[in-house]
Amino acid sequence: MFDFLSDYDDPSLLGAFWVTVQLTVFSGIGSLVWGTLLAAMRVSPVPLMRGFGTAYVNIVRNIPLTVIIVFTSLGLADIFGVTMGAPDDFELQGFRLAVLGLVAYTAAFVCEAVRSGINTVPVGQAEAARALGLTFSQVLRLIVLPQAFRSVIGPLANVLIALTKNTTVAATIGVAEAALLMKEMIENEAQTVLIGAIFAFGFVVLTLPTGLFLGWLSKRLAVKR
Amino acid sequence: MTSVLYDAPGPKAKRRNIIFSAVFVALLALLVWWVWQVMDDKGQLQWALWKPFTEGEAWTTYLLPGLANTLKAAALAMVIALPLGAVFGIARLSDHRWVRVPAGAVVEFFRAIPVLLLMLFANEFYARSTDISSEVRPLYAVVTGLVLYNASVLAEVVRAGILSLPKGQTEAAHAIGLRKSQTMTTILLPQAVTAMLPAIVSQLVVIVKDTALGGALLNYSELVSARGTLAANYANVIPSFIVVAIIFIVVNFLLTSFASWLEARLRRSKKSTGAVLGAEKVDDLNAAEVGGTHGTGT
Repeated sequence: MFDFLSDYDDPSLLGAFWVTVQLTVFSGIGSLVWGTLLAAMRVSPVPLMRGFGTAYVNIVRNIPLTVIIVFTSLGLADIFGVTMGAPDDFELQGFRLAVLGLVAYTAAFVCEAVRSGINTVPVGQAEAARALGLTFSQVLRLIVLPQAFRSVIGPLANVLIALTKNTTVAATIGVAEAALLMKEMIENEAQTVLIGAIFAFGFVVLTLPTGLFLGWLSKRLAVKR
Repeated sequence: MTSVLYDAPGPKAKRRNIIFSAVFVALLALLVWWVWQVMDDKGQLQWALWKPFTEGEAWTTYLLPGLANTLKAAALAMVIALPLGAVFGIARLSDHRWVRVPAGAVVEFFRAIPVLLLMLFANEFYARSTDISSEVRPLYAVVTGLVLYNASVLAEVVRAGILSLPKGQTEAAHAIGLRKSQTMTTILLPQAVTAMLPAIVSQLVVIVKDTALGGALLNYSELVSARGTLAANYANVIPSFIVVAIIFIVVNFLLTSFASWLEARLRRSKKSTGAVLGAEKVDDLNAAEVGGTHGTGT
């Protein structure tokens, strides 16, 4: 029943899912950094940065991820010559371009999550801290950010799970991850339903523990108000 | 302008803000300048490449039919997914274990799987097991994928909408002698749908964006694949991407604005006693924490 799996070894089933995991991890880290920066801009006292952050989020959220990923390949790589440090290795280049596209897209959602976290901290807390004579960095470090981060784990977990599912879009530029392998297998083999079930199971295995663990963590750490 | 993070700026902070602004503008200008240079180098700025968009032909041959197909798939998916979602959402709240548990399993399963996999599977399934002609098969596959996924998300929206209603509504309905099905269809569902409208409209944005997958991988001739043929014809890769992105942004921005207008209106008129489920609900539900650890009322 499963013997057709041995016909695929570049990538193998596990190999393709490993690429999916790598895409998720790298894009997750990248979008966390870029998204936090964007959130910092959106709450900063400089109006210009606030404007840029707002514009970025509203524009990027409304463009389909597919368009962004296809653009990284046809636009950035072909026209702008952005090779991501791998001009000759098309496989590596495609992977890195996909990560770039996923980061650009997911960061908009991370930004919104982090910003909502900062907004959950009541203004009175910061005012009280300033009244006690804490400096700006102390207010941020001791009062605001610890509460903001704890309330933001749940929304960030949602973003991470959505990102895991979104990595399949990398198949549009030929990154050899799970969706591309499924497309290939399902076209060549007779067992359509079995193959569909295997890949569906793979994604449930990837998202289920993440969702459960981070859900538990966010409940445990939530600031009770 | 008060915020948790900073006070109203004094003279020193104002000066600092101006310096930050200047640095930021400089960086942004540098980026724009680089983009402009590269585009100029590659000849993407030539008027000939942009000219098609000012004339009718590019729109009537490529963009408008593409947009029409995008909206068609999105509308079909929405129209089918909504009643299906309502049925599953209600089934998840059933008193009978044998209805509740399977419905929950189906919803959580389809919510946890990438839409692209559902579309690919549906496409291949239709090719083998049905005699749907190959011209309309991509549309069928795209709509099937979208329906399966979005019906599950909408089921959660419906469930959350019903759970957001006060318990007294059900109790009062039972007290005047309504049966369970009557309570659901005449009391709970209408109120829940009103409360959910903004979230439902916001979900349309997700559907419109996901149709693009069909264009990129299933040869469904929607806006993204129309961009491909357009760019092949006029050799204007960058302009075509910019125009298509703007179309998507405009369509989705209109939907988002409509959703928030609706939300504000519903909050103001407050006909129902339940909470209004806003657009931000949709982001959470689209992530699918398998096992349903979220959930309003629990």
